[in-house]
Amino acid sequence: MHELSVCQALLDQVRDTAQAHQADGVGMITVRIGPLSGVEPDLLQQAFTIARNGPLTSSATLNIERAPVRIRCRDCEQENDARSNRLLCSHCSSYRVDLISGDEMLLARVELHRAESSQNSPDPERKPSHV
Amino acid sequence: MCETCGCSIPDHKHPTPADHHTVEVLEGLMSANDRAAAHNREHFNRTGVLVINLMSSPGAGKTRLLEETARALDGKCSIAVIEGDLETENDAERLRRHGIPAHQITTGNACHLDAHQLHHALHEFPLEHEGQATDILFVENVGNLVCPAAFDLGQHLNVVLLSTTEGDDKPAKYPVMFRAADLVVISKADLLPLLDDFSIEHAGNSLRGLGVETPTLTTCAGKTVDINAWVEWLTDQLDQHRNNTQQKAATTAAR
Repeated sequence: MHELSVCQALLDQVRDTAQAHQADGVGMITVRIGPLSGVEPDLLQQAFTIARNGPLTSSATLNIERAPVRIRCRDCEQENDARSNRLLCSHCSSYRVDLISGDEMLLARVELHRAESSQNSPDPERKPSHV
Repeated sequence: MCETCGCSIPDHKHPTPADHHTVEVLEGLMSANDRAAAHNREHFNRTGVLVINLMSSPGAGKTRLLEETARALDGKCSIAVIEGDLETENDAERLRRHGIPAHQITTGNACHLDAHQLHHALHEFPLEHEGQATDILFVENVGNLVCPAAFDLGQHLNVVLLSTTEGDDKPAKYPVMFRAADLVVISKADLLPLLDDFSIEHAGNSLRGLGVETPTLTTCAGKTVDINAWVEWLTDQLDQHRNNTQQKAATTAAR
């Protein structure tokens, strides 16, 4: 059960993003998780209800987008969906494959809330932090 | 009075849709750990040590293999071990009795080591012992086939032990861990004649099913000891690592 550690790291990132945008609160947090990331979405969701308590995120919600497992064959160059423990080319049965989706563990989007008073003086220099 | 809901709470305001906006981040959830791991790796590369993260389920024989490894490499290269366990100093003490410099990290209830823990351990456990630089540092991770796979420590190589008493379908059951391996060591191979449910061929097929070309080798480190293939793999990796380090140093110097 390392999902609580992962969730705490997620919330640290979310709070950093919120502070960089001078937000007062956080709404929906969207993450993208693949089955081969080693993170179990249901456990992450449970850990989130514990870990969100704290500044900025106490009323945040977690939206988990599940990434499919997809591979590309190095022998026949075909692409196909696969099961997590059966990553073989469905065209030529080769095990010489590259994973093109399925091990993601990404913070995709954060919805930020700002009270009107702090919106009166927006900083035009501040850009969203694409990392 | 609030103009929207008409309540009498002073200064009550409802956020307008303009107060909500969504920002794209697209950053890995492990980025803090990954930064610490990159820092550890830089440190290892500066000192030239080869770092191997040893993972398996509890009781697969990691500590025993390291005891025999130290014996086999004695006089050829120096090894040191950082141990991760939930509790006790037992494994570090076992290794010290064999003359292996060892440091224990007790994780409490955490089921894995992370890059920050390793970083702290390196402050207390130098990579030079009695004037002798460490050639290979093993990080013996917490016995667990799930969580350690998700945390980069800054190691150069991942080795996963699969003992013959565990069943040959372990790779299919724990795909994340076995996909992370650079080498799978089938340990306790001397028990094979006594077991009717473990075939090296099946274990290999189960591993190939994960779409990887990871090599496997067998060891026994019990009453019968045969770790020649493992020792050969280690010395090859150390040579390769030294060549890479020298090449990088030469490229940097040439700039």
